Amino acid sequence: MGHIVISGLNKQFINRRKTKREDDIAPFGQVVPVLEDINIEIEDGEMVCFLGPSGCGKSTLMRIVAGFDRQSSGSVMIDGKEITGPSSDNIFVFQHSGLLPWMTVSQNVELGLRHMENAHEKCEKIQEYIEMVELEGFEDHYPHQLSGGMLRRAELARALVVNPDILIMDEPFSGLDFLTHMKLREEVVNMHQFLGKTILIVTHDIDDALVMGDRVIVFSRRPSQIKLNRKLDFSHPRNFFKKDTELAKLRDELFFMLGVNYAV
Amino acid sequence: MNSVFAHRIAPFLSFTVLALLWEAAVRFAGLDSHVLPGPSQVFHSMIELIKDGSIFKHTVASLFRVTAGFYLAAMLGIPLGIVLGRSHIASLLFNPIIHFLRPISPLAWIPLAMLWFGIGDKPAVFLIFLASFFPIVVSTTVAVQSINPTFFHVAANFDFSRMEVLQKIVIPAIVPAIITALRLTVTIAWIVVVAAEMIAVQSGLGYLILDARNGLRLDQVMNGMIVIGLIGILLDWIMRRLGQIDSAAWGIRQP
Ligand SMILES: Nc1ncnc2c1ncn2[C@@H]1O[C@H](COP(=O)(O)OP(=O)(O)O)[C@@H](O)[C@H]1O
Ligand SMILES: [Mg+2]
Repeated sequence: MGHIVISGLNKQFINRRKTKREDDIAPFGQVVPVLEDINIEIEDGEMVCFLGPSGCGKSTLMRIVAGFDRQSSGSVMIDGKEITGPSSDNIFVFQHSGLLPWMTVSQNVELGLRHMENAHEKCEKIQEYIEMVELEGFEDHYPHQLSGGMLRRAELARALVVNPDILIMDEPFSGLDFLTHMKLREEVVNMHQFLGKTILIVTHDIDDALVMGDRVIVFSRRPSQIKLNRKLDFSHPRNFFKKDTELAKLRDELFFMLGVNYAV
Repeated sequence: MNSVFAHRIAPFLSFTVLALLWEAAVRFAGLDSHVLPGPSQVFHSMIELIKDGSIFKHTVASLFRVTAGFYLAAMLGIPLGIVLGRSHIASLLFNPIIHFLRPISPLAWIPLAMLWFGIGDKPAVFLIFLASFFPIVVSTTVAVQSINPTFFHVAANFDFSRMEVLQKIVIPAIVPAIITALRLTVTIAWIVVVAAEMIAVQSGLGYLILDARNGLRLDQVMNGMIVIGLIGILLDWIMRRLGQIDSAAWGIRQP
């Protein structure tokens, strides 16, 4: 199960950066509010895409939901229980590779299965998930021997093998070339339709959100509040190139909301 | 010029040129062979040292001391470095002492080492230990502190126990930095052993050099130096091979 209720959530940071940066609003030692009164309810099995300007606190919210970080106030309940810390029920897929570089692909995938008794079953399961992300033949490769797209696939396999209720992906497609991005995006959609897990995806790509999401949530600038929380009841595959469809209108609206006036 | 052939040939070329320059210097400087022996004289005395086996005896004695002291330093220094890197309180307590002791040359410890350990292998091993211990501790601490925090998040996400964090994250993550540190440290240890052997012992390459000087055999002094240089290259090569282990290769740039 992966039913998430975020209510009245606030997050502040103490500014510890001494050198001033352009986007710094608070002087050293002062409190920086990042997230303000966030209320979101995510259904079990929903894929929700989070959009927002850079630095608005998307990663921060994901880290809180994953249990890596604590909110300053408010609550996050998963299936009716307050989160207490990281757990293998909700796996985080990191923005830059979170694969352990000293382990091969199959050793990385094995992390979530290391308590499994039956070695034969374990091997089979590892193999099953490696094949699912189309990495067969690369089981014994180390991460530094893989391309960017393969790294994300391997990390996805490692996340899925523990059968988590919730998958949290922080900009999973950043740094990939265009075609790899498209292909991986399609695979995540397929995977979601097939496995039906709750998936939280942070992205800066409006089209990602429109193509993938069951829902799209847009944050404002910091201190962030929710600017838009819209269900996307469109069937897959989605096409927003046709003019004057509802999806195309929403796309224009999102571009405008994020500060681009003439959606291209 | 990047071929294997070039890599093999180039060192021989440079050493040959060095030997030729040396020979030329001997011929033209007109110095006495007691002051500046030529390559051929040194070569003959090397044969002499090989024939009576003394060069091997001294080399083995030096290598033994370096191995013992270095091994001891790594066995104690790496765990201490891990503790200092992981525990903020431990690093607050111990780092000042380590940074105070570190800049004191191991050679400054010679009088104390001789008083405490007498004559023989022990004081030399102790000096090697001192020379290697502090660099190893400091490098390990830094390596642990600079582990990418993402890896600890991954560990927490997959419900790792403290022991598993140590075994599966901390230790493998610092292996590349440790190998680099050991490689630099073994060179320091090798430098120090020669100095240590000039004081407290009757064997080793340092002793060979000192003894040859007392007998005015500069050719043998040079042989001692040559062997030290060659063993130094060998030690460095061995440490570099360690860096080619598959699971460490991700973090080591081979020069
Ligand atoms: N550990 C921290 N300490 C202080 N400020 C932080 C910390 N982590 C993030 N921030 C600040 O919080 C804001 C949101 O960061 P982040 O969640 O990474 O943004 P996003 O992922 O939306 O680009 C940024 O302004 C960042 O500087
Ligand atoms: Mg981010």
